Amino acid sequence: MIEIHDLHKYFGSLHVLKGINLNVEKGEVLSVIGASGSGKSTLLYCINGLEPVQQGKVVVDGTDVHAKGTDINKLRQQLGMVFQQWNSFPHLTALENVALAPKIVKGKSKAEAREIAAQQLKHVGLGEKLDVYPSALSGGQQQRLAIARALAMEPEYMLFDEATSALDPELVGEVLETMRMLAEEGMTMICVTHEMGFARDVSDRVAFFHQGVMEEIGPPEQIFGTPQSEHTQKFLANVR
Amino acid sequence: MEPTVSFFSGFAPKDLLFLGEAALRTMWISVLSISIGTVLGVIFGWILYEGKWAAALTVAPILDVFRSVPLIIQLVLFYNFAPIVGLNLDPFASGVVILTIYTASLVANVARGGIEAVQPSMRRAARSLGMSYWQDLRHVVLPIGGRAVFPAWVGVALGVMKDSALVSVLGYVELLKASQILITRTQEPFLILTLAGAFYFALSYPISRYAASLERKWAQ
Repeated sequence: MIEIHDLHKYFGSLHVLKGINLNVEKGEVLSVIGASGSGKSTLLYCINGLEPVQQGKVVVDGTDVHAKGTDINKLRQQLGMVFQQWNSFPHLTALENVALAPKIVKGKSKAEAREIAAQQLKHVGLGEKLDVYPSALSGGQQQRLAIARALAMEPEYMLFDEATSALDPELVGEVLETMRMLAEEGMTMICVTHEMGFARDVSDRVAFFHQGVMEEIGPPEQIFGTPQSEHTQKFLANVR
Repeated sequence: MEPTVSFFSGFAPKDLLFLGEAALRTMWISVLSISIGTVLGVIFGWILYEGKWAAALTVAPILDVFRSVPLIIQLVLFYNFAPIVGLNLDPFASGVVILTIYTASLVANVARGGIEAVQPSMRRAARSLGMSYWQDLRHVVLPIGGRAVFPAWVGVALGVMKDSALVSVLGYVELLKASQILITRTQEPFLILTLAGAFYFALSYPISRYAASLERKWAQ
């Protein structure tokens, strides 16, 4: 379970997150929507400790992410993350991309790591591309590679930071399909997304962020059907 | 009639061997200096990248001095003044020390450029997989940044190899010094300098070719 208590985040004098309270249960799929600059992505960075926080805390399975004694590298193994930019390691083949972290972080043998990698690449539909370098893959394939790379660490949670925003429109579908598959398999997911269809169909809950505040959270039917906050209504009217 | 003594004799095949040996010494002093200098330079480059203002106040000015002062001045100064502080180094060791520092000062900025060439988002992705700072540096930044600045590094290495000719002023018999000795004896500067140039070319060319083939391989 991910528990977020009164989380505040500043970039210099810019107050990016203004007291977020949020719990995400195991097995839940939460979509986070909102305009650019509303703090959605920053929330994900704070959850896996890529950004320090100034007030409040994030607790993952009982461990305080930002506490001094926390082994953040160990904790991050529980929190797979997929970014807007897929960031495939260009010097490694698809298989090596996925096998690297299990090998050096988890200390798996080379053969074991490669087996895990092959399995995860098949899982996301890249079973035919094991020995291909990222430069020969499409954006959608590279993003699926990034998903496989995160899954290879066997995380309990997956954080998606606008995973389809940088993709050409015709490539968005394959990535969403992969995310949908993970949701159906019961993976706990927090998806920052601009894909309203995905948020509506796949999520258990949808949270709407506005200027660093979580304005509204609830089941998709409520957020998309009868939004309470004025900002949510305005945002949804604009994206439709 | 008095027998004449000849101080000069023409170029003989054994002189080619002499030049060959000198070329090996050029290679040896270059390989040593470039290897150690590169390792040091990468460390300095990392300090420049991570150290921010602390590095700007300490390491950066020192490296600037070694980058800016002509190598020949550094060599002569070091060779003649090191004994004052109790360092009695022979010409070879003095040459290695100065060429190493010189290489390091050039490589430092290349290395910093290499680290900067790796997108911050790439490093975040690596860290998000649970890699430590050092694992990210070793397995992501080094290979990706290293490839980005490899051509620049090859340029530095070839430059240092040619600059090693300046160690001749300390009396170390590398390729250029050997040529001077032969020119004095044979009075055939054109032939001998051409041969020396050919030796330098023979040392550099395989490196350029090998570097080019590596780059082609990485580009795939």
